[in-house]
Amino acid sequence: MAPRLAGGGGAVSTVGRRLLEIRHVSKTYGSGDSATHAIADVSFAVDDREFVCVVGPSGCGKTTLLKCVGGLLAPTNGDILLRGTRVTSPPEEMALVFQEYGRSLMPWSTVRNNVLLPLRHKKLTRQKRNALVEEALEAVGLTPFIDRYPWQLSGGMQQRVAIARALAYQPAILLMDEPFASVDAQTRGDLEDLILRVREEFAITILFVTHDIDESVYLSDRVIVLTHGPTEVKASIDVDLPFPRDQIATKELPDFAHLRGHVYRLINREQVESGEELAATLKTATKGDRP
Amino acid sequence: MAAIAAEIAVPLLILAAWQAWTVHANDPLFPRLSTILVQFKEMWLFSQFHLHVVPSLIRIGAGFTLAVIIGLIIGIPLGLSRWGRLLAMPHIEWWRAMPPPALLPISILLLHSIGDRQKISFIAFFCLFPILLNTIDGVRGIDPTLIETTRSYGVGGFERIRRVVLPAALPQIFAGMRTSLSLAVIMMVLTEYFSSTSGVGYVLLISKNTFQLAPMWAAIVLIGVLGYLLNVLLILVERRVLAWHRGWRAAAAQ
Ligand SMILES: Nc1ncnc2c1ncn2[C@@H]1O[C@H](COP(=O)(O)OP(=O)(O)OP(=O)(O)O)[C@@H](O)[C@H]1O
Ligand SMILES: [Mg+2]
Repeated sequence: MAPRLAGGGGAVSTVGRRLLEIRHVSKTYGSGDSATHAIADVSFAVDDREFVCVVGPSGCGKTTLLKCVGGLLAPTNGDILLRGTRVTSPPEEMALVFQEYGRSLMPWSTVRNNVLLPLRHKKLTRQKRNALVEEALEAVGLTPFIDRYPWQLSGGMQQRVAIARALAYQPAILLMDEPFASVDAQTRGDLEDLILRVREEFAITILFVTHDIDESVYLSDRVIVLTHGPTEVKASIDVDLPFPRDQIATKELPDFAHLRGHVYRLINREQVESGEELAATLKTATKGDRP
Repeated sequence: MAAIAAEIAVPLLILAAWQAWTVHANDPLFPRLSTILVQFKEMWLFSQFHLHVVPSLIRIGAGFTLAVIIGLIIGIPLGLSRWGRLLAMPHIEWWRAMPPPALLPISILLLHSIGDRQKISFIAFFCLFPILLNTIDGVRGIDPTLIETTRSYGVGGFERIRRVVLPAALPQIFAGMRTSLSLAVIMMVLTEYFSSTSGVGYVLLISKNTFQLAPMWAAIVLIGVLGYLLNVLLILVERRVLAWHRGWRAAAAQ
């Protein structure tokens, strides 16, 4: 049984700092015979300015969970609470960075206008808007490319545009869905450091989904490990590695190796268990076939 | 450069062959090309330009513009709404299948008019379908990730249509507009055959009825030239408006 990390909602001292609460969320796609139980029962909470990574095997429902948190999908059961208020539609305090960066940018708009898009309907002066756009692009190092089109940039740069757009929106919490899954290893390391820097600079809370265990330990304050679908929370592991993190020094720390190994074992055991489960089901199925 | 040279050289060769053949055949039904061109210059450059070409152009322009506006106003909501499509598509398909000549007499009756209003509505009606169907398709084809992105950032209403939906569908809308523009020329000629007192189609019909073959041929040549130039104009506009699309496709192809 998965640990209930945010069950009950009792008034403890951390309540004032709690930003996001995911309470017994489940999600089933479709109904009847064709129903897919993507998420069985997931609960956890994220504190203000915390960096939480969610890891889980491919196809376990990470994207589904993030879309529920972001108000894009209604959970079948359970609640998402942002500062204690139920999320029913995308809140202004959240920004979502998608896995497919190339497809979330508008090819007909320049980098500037892509970042500007979510600000247009906010009640801001023109100067303030432009300042936000320029500041966000500065933070991700894309100032020289502000008047280019996204398709004139490399994959890593496009993902930085998507990140800048999220930052300019000034959310309290940034939701990121495997944002670095489709860039090369070098770029990925750079983007990881970028997001850590940006987090400090913008004092932002981050909920970061990945299937890369090293990445999850390197980036976060806490790793939430998910089970195979239908998904539950398997464990929540505090990451007490010192900041600032460094691609070489941090990853050479014995604590890093230890944490990484711990998460690996949790996920591996998960895979073994689900393999056994499968074998068991197959066995009973064959037995059942016999007269 | 070579492409432009070929674009000019081939028609010139064809014209030369035409001239040679008409001189050789000496058939009154096929006046010499040189005769036709002289006639063309006399009529259209520009003594009768104002009298007949301008009305025709106005009808094409107004009918086509109307079709674009209506096509977008109906097409965008239908593209966004599955229910809307379910209700509207059978009707659209039914009217689309209607051959224009079948509706021409009715349009004269219904609109109680043989003037510009009837002609422009008729042109607009048949130009509407390619634009409408392409708009619906274009809007439906928007990347779902992009739609979710706009949703998660709370971009809605007119801003969403203007900044995301319309630009995304625009390449396909332009494809529809190109089909519609050539239809507009056809419909212009057709409506001007009926109860007209002006227009290129009118001149064509009257010349034929009075056996003035050189003016008739001059009108035919003019219709061809008009169709060609209008298409070139639209392509130039498209290149400007959709510059991003060519760059994006080239980048995606790598
Ligand atoms: N719109 C949908 N309709 C039906 N089933 C869906 C839909 N979206 C996802 N699923 C199913 O829900 C399950 C979880 O999908 P999801 O995309 O959330 O997983 P994921 O962990 O993000 O996967 P990945 O690691 O590949 O990104 C999968 O079995 C998937 O097939
Ligand atoms: Mg996913």
